[in-house]
Amino acid sequence: MGAHHHEVVSVEEQFEFTAESKRNLLIGMGIGAALVLVGAYLLSQGGGHGHEAHDAAHAAAGHAAEHAHDHGHGYHWTQRIIANLWVNSVYFAGISVVGMFFISYNYLAQAGWSAVFKRVPEAMPAFLPIPAIIIIVIAVLFGDKLFHWMHEGIMDPTSEHYDAIIAGKKGFLNKPFYYIRLVLYFGLWYGLWRVIRTLSLQEDEIGGTANYYKSIKFGTAFLVVFAVTSSTSAWDLVMSIDTHWFSTMFGWYTLASWHVAGLATMTLTIVTLKEKGYLKAVNASHLHDLGKFCFAFSIFWTYVWFAQFLLIYYANLPEETIYFRERFSGYGGIYKAPFFVNIILNFVLPFLVLMTRDSKRTSIILKVACWSILVGHYFDFYTNIMPGTVGANGGFGAVEFGFVLLFACGFIWSVSTQLTKANLIPRNHPMLEESLHHDVA
Amino acid sequence: MTDINKKFLVGVYDDDDVVLSAVGKLKNSGVKIYEVYSPFAIHGMDIAIGHPRTRIGIAAFCFGCTGFLCALLLTTWTMGIDWPMVIGGKDPISLPNYVPVMFELTVLFTAFGMTISFFITNGLGPTVKPLLFDPRCTDNKFVMAIDLSKNKLSEAEIASIVKASGAEEVSIKQL
Repeated sequence: MGAHHHEVVSVEEQFEFTAESKRNLLIGMGIGAALVLVGAYLLSQGGGHGHEAHDAAHAAAGHAAEHAHDHGHGYHWTQRIIANLWVNSVYFAGISVVGMFFISYNYLAQAGWSAVFKRVPEAMPAFLPIPAIIIIVIAVLFGDKLFHWMHEGIMDPTSEHYDAIIAGKKGFLNKPFYYIRLVLYFGLWYGLWRVIRTLSLQEDEIGGTANYYKSIKFGTAFLVVFAVTSSTSAWDLVMSIDTHWFSTMFGWYTLASWHVAGLATMTLTIVTLKEKGYLKAVNASHLHDLGKFCFAFSIFWTYVWFAQFLLIYYANLPEETIYFRERFSGYGGIYKAPFFVNIILNFVLPFLVLMTRDSKRTSIILKVACWSILVGHYFDFYTNIMPGTVGANGGFGAVEFGFVLLFACGFIWSVSTQLTKANLIPRNHPMLEESLHHDVA
Repeated sequence: MTDINKKFLVGVYDDDDVVLSAVGKLKNSGVKIYEVYSPFAIHGMDIAIGHPRTRIGIAAFCFGCTGFLCALLLTTWTMGIDWPMVIGGKDPISLPNYVPVMFELTVLFTAFGMTISFFITNGLGPTVKPLLFDPRCTDNKFVMAIDLSKNKLSEAEIASIVKASGAEEVSIKQL
């Protein structure tokens, strides 16, 4: 009865990464790898519509100057593999770093309610090195397969491929600076996470409030870093693919996308852990608030998505509308379905499903909404990255499924490993007592 | 309000924890509580008293839908039918243009609708004299009101139960 009569639950819980889970994840990765290989083989044989579209693109190249991708660079099927690696790396890097983002703003706000499940967001950024390495290797070795501005001679006035608009962006979009930025992003994100993680694990052993106050400082430092790097990394990793086009909303838009996907991952992990008998101290009020987070930030994403769309739609400037033209009706309309799936899974479904109080307190409904958001935001990055990289040669087949499976299983493996490294509930967190009694009625 | 000419037993408490546990004790003794007044929200109080869950959420949804439909009608009729206007080369009736208006009117109708519903259901408003059992409930005391006509137990019995539950003062108030 009421907040003052909660049953006292044990905070001593050790997560076990069972052999069965490991086997299932390995099977998942095996299937993923097999799908990628089969898909790659089919692509190399010119399966699907690849070849005709390729030919058509060449035929149309003469009068398709507005298409950013016909600058003398022929399409090769491996581009689709690279583009897929890029989509998944960007998406999962975002989800990982949002774990750190969540911890940081909870420290800065000195929030109490989230202490009990803090280990879950804390486990997420451990995956960062994998997408980081993939992104940096691709950028260095195959950057010109993805980025229009990395094409040979694009900034050289004497070259036939010279593009004055892109050359004008040379101050920011040049290879050395780009590589430095990539290293800085991942280095800062991962490095600051390591500091916070170490402080948190140490706090479990020594108690006290010293580590808590240090964490607030490092969390705040991360937020300052992320305030800048979330926007610039969104330009670098996603927006600069369509080099001619730009949107001042794009940084926020990508942050909103990453953030809500990260929140859905957290919620889904917590609900799953609870179903497996862990995190007994997480009560309906915690789930309710996590549900509110997912609900609120799926609306926030929609708001930013729509704000970006409406300005471009209303102003009707050709150099801006081309972005939506390509997705809505370009390339034989192959991106129209993901374009709408994006809006339905990321806005309509979570909005309607998570609206009532009871739905946010029901595990199964939370799971449905979280899956919808996670699949939806994969398609968000898919629709943002694919048209500019593979254009008419895109699609959704074995390669796409395979890579998602590989990355998802890898991510779950990484999170599970991190969860085993400490008590599942931060037993000496100064706010734990408040969190255990969290009650939003 | 329909509480005219009713006799209330009023208990004044000093502590929010005491008043919350007192509610449980009174309910166990079979006393029906009319309301508890507090300077701040006490978590779990409405559940303890046994108030039914608020339906303001359902009202909010209905008001929101009304606002959405009104905005759709307003924009479609004025911009598309009564005086069709082409702006930015778009069709007179083009939904993306209308979204900001639909959003704003949804919010406006919901906000006003909820506020007005809240005022009506709680008997608040200009010129309405608020039901105040003890003015100290706006400052530092917690005030419990028990409608004697709704209770089978005698006035003396209830008074002793309330005293035993930790009340500092017990008085009778006629409204």
